[in-house]
Amino acid sequence: MTISRRRLLSTSGGLALTGALATACGSNTGRSGDSSGTGKDSGGKPTLQQWYHQYGEAGTEQAVRRYAAAYGRASVKVQWRPGSYDQQTAAALLTSSGPDVFEVNGPTLDQIQGGQVTDLTDLFEGVKDDFNPAVLAPKTYDGKIWGIPQTIDMQLLYYRKSLLKDANVEPPQTLDELVDAAKKLTDKKVKGLFLGNDGGAGVLGGTPLYAAGLSLFTEDGKVGFDDPAAARTLGKFHRLYADKSLLLGAPADWSDPSAFVQGLTAMQWSGLWALPAVQKALGDDFGVLPFPKDGPAGKPAVPVGAYSSAVSARSGHRAEAKAFAKWLWIERTAYQEDFALSYGFHIPARISLAKKAAKLREGAAADAVRYATENGWAQPLLWTPAGQTAYQDALSRIIKDGANPDTELKAVVRKTNAELQRVQKKP
Amino acid sequence: MRHRTLWFWIFVGPFAAGLALFTYVPLAWSLYLSFFDAHNTVSPTHFIGFDNYASMLRDGAFTDSLWTFTVFSLFIVPATYALSLALALMVNRLRAAQAFFRSVFFLPAACSYVVAALVWKLSIFNGVRFGLANTVLGWFGSDQTAWLSTTHPPWYWLVIVTLRLWLQAGFYMVLFLAGLQRISPQLYEAAAVDGARPGWQVFRHITFPQLRATSVAVVLLLVINAFQAFDEFYNLLSDARGYPPYARPPLVYLYYTALGQGQNLGLGSAGAVILALIIAVVTIVQARWFGLGRRED
Repeated sequence: MTISRRRLLSTSGGLALTGALATACGSNTGRSGDSSGTGKDSGGKPTLQQWYHQYGEAGTEQAVRRYAAAYGRASVKVQWRPGSYDQQTAAALLTSSGPDVFEVNGPTLDQIQGGQVTDLTDLFEGVKDDFNPAVLAPKTYDGKIWGIPQTIDMQLLYYRKSLLKDANVEPPQTLDELVDAAKKLTDKKVKGLFLGNDGGAGVLGGTPLYAAGLSLFTEDGKVGFDDPAAARTLGKFHRLYADKSLLLGAPADWSDPSAFVQGLTAMQWSGLWALPAVQKALGDDFGVLPFPKDGPAGKPAVPVGAYSSAVSARSGHRAEAKAFAKWLWIERTAYQEDFALSYGFHIPARISLAKKAAKLREGAAADAVRYATENGWAQPLLWTPAGQTAYQDALSRIIKDGANPDTELKAVVRKTNAELQRVQKKP
Repeated sequence: MRHRTLWFWIFVGPFAAGLALFTYVPLAWSLYLSFFDAHNTVSPTHFIGFDNYASMLRDGAFTDSLWTFTVFSLFIVPATYALSLALALMVNRLRAAQAFFRSVFFLPAACSYVVAALVWKLSIFNGVRFGLANTVLGWFGSDQTAWLSTTHPPWYWLVIVTLRLWLQAGFYMVLFLAGLQRISPQLYEAAAVDGARPGWQVFRHITFPQLRATSVAVVLLLVINAFQAFDEFYNLLSDARGYPPYARPPLVYLYYTALGQGQNLGLGSAGAVILALIIAVVTIVQARWFGLGRRED
C-alpha cells in the first residue's frame, strides 16, 4: 500500500488531534480539576488538590473524601497516594503541579528553610495551647508553625502475657531485663523479640538514647548523645542479636502486628495503631510497655510523632488552602476524632479531644496514652535525614556486626555536628 | 533527496527529540546541579565548585557502596557467564524440544525484577520457619535462618545473586546460542579429522575461542548491568525506615541522597557523575583489554 502525502498529513493530523484530546482528557497534573486553567470549578469555586499517603486502615480513604466533600468554600480533590509518599511530596514541592494542601511526615527543616511550605501560625490563634506540645514542637521553627498536627502516633512494646508466664518472665522494666527476657522466651518456634527485620536499627531511632536519660539534642541545640552512656546502652543490642533472640526476616515488618499475633515472637515493638488488631486476635492475652530504661539516669521512653497538614508555598490558592486546612484540622473537631479513632487507632492531636475519647480511657489503650504523656519524646526538627542515616547505619553495625559503639557514635556525632552547622548557616 | 530527508525526520525526529528531552537535558542539568548547593531545589543559586565531589568521595557510605558493587560483580559476572554458557551448550546439543527448553530458560527474563524480588523475599527466603528455604532446611534439623538480615555469614548475597542469576541467565544463554550457531560445522569436522576428542578438548580449542566476540559483549553487558543494580537490592533490603548499610549499591545510595527525604540534589548529582565516569572508564579499559571490535581470529 502506498501512502500519499495528503493521506499522511491527514493521518498525522488526526493522530496529533487524538494526542491533544488524550492529553486534555487524561492528563493528571495533580493540580486542577477544571478545564479552564483558572483553578476554579464550574461553580466558580477554587479547586484544591489535597494529598494523603495511603493508610492501611480500611475506611480512612472514604472518610477523608467525605470530609473534603463537606467543605463548601472550595472544591477539594483528594489524591490517595500509595508508594513512597515522602519522596513523592518532596519531588512535587519542587514544581507548581504538586498539591495545594498535603499531609506530611514533617515538614522537614530543609523544606521549611527552602521556603516550600507556608507559615500557618495565624491559624492557631486561641487554640495553640490545646495541641499536644510534644508534637507541636517539631512543627515549629523560628517561632512559626509550619504544619497542623493531625493525630498522634506512638510506638510501644507489646508482650504476650501467657508466653511470659509460661517462661516465668516478668514484663521487663530495664533494658537488661528486656535482653534477658528475650533470650528466655526464645525457642525453636518462637523468638523472644521483634524490633523489625533490620534488628531495630530503623525503627528505634533515638528511643534507646532517651531511655538512657540522654537525648538527640540538648535544649541549647547541641548533640545530646556525645556521652559514654549512649555507647553503653546501644552496645547492649548486639547481645540480642548474638543470642539469636531477635526475630528477623518476618514477612511483615515491625509496623504490622502479624508476627506477634501469629505467635512468631513473644514481644514486638510496634505502633499504637496495631492495638485493635492485637486485641481482636489475642483478647486480653497481651500488655503494652514503654521502651525500658537503662542505667542510673535512665527513664522509660516512647517515641511520639504526628503527620501534619501543610500548605505548599507554590500553591496558586494558598489563602484558600490555609482556610481549608484550618476548617478541617482545627475547627471540625468531630472529624479529627473520627479520623483518629474510627478506622485505625491514634491519639487526637488536640488535648481536649484526647481526654474525652472513650476508646482511650481503659485497658492497654489507657496505658499507652499514659506512656505517651509521661514518657513521650518527639524527633526534633534538627535531626536531619543525613544525621539519621548515619545514626541508623551505625546502629545496624553495632547490632549485627558487634561494631564498637563508641567509635561508631563518634562518627555520627561528627556528621550531626556538620549538619547542625549547615542548617544553622541558612537564614 | 528532499523526500528522503523528510521521511528521515518523520521517523527519527520524535525519538531524537525524546532522547534529547528525557536523557541529554537531564544529564546536562545533573552536571550543572553537581556544582551547586542544591538542597530541595533544582534551580540552585549557590555555586560551590567541586565541594559536592569532594564530599561524595570522602563519604564512607558512598565508597562502601562502590565496594558493594565490586563484590556483587565478582559474584554475578562469572556466575552468570558460566551458567548461561553452560545452558547454551546444553540446549544447543538437544536434538528434540530445543525451542521448548530455550523458551523455558528464557522465560524468567520476562519477569519483573520487583516481582521476582518480592517472591524471593516473602516466599523463598523469608526468615521464619514457614519460608521455603527454611522449611527445607528444617527437615534436616537446621535452625531458621534470617537470610536477608544475617551479616555473619552474609547470607543476603545468596538471595541477591540467585535472584539475578534466575532472571538474567536465560537472556545471556540466547546470546551464546546465537554465537554457537554461527560457528562453522566444518571446523568441528576438521577437528574430528585431526583427532580432537569431543567434549572438553573441542570446547577448549574450537568452541570457546570462536565465542570470543560474544563473550566480550556478554561480559561488558554484565558489568554495566551490575553497576546499574537497583531494583532487586532496593526491593529485597529496604523498608519504610530506610536501607541497611550493608549491600547498598551506588544507585541505591544515590537514590536516597538525591530523592530521599534529604533531597540533596547537588550531592546526588555529583555522585551520579562520579559513577558514570567509573562505568565509562571500566568499560573502556575492559573493551581494550578484551580487544572489542578487533577482527575475529
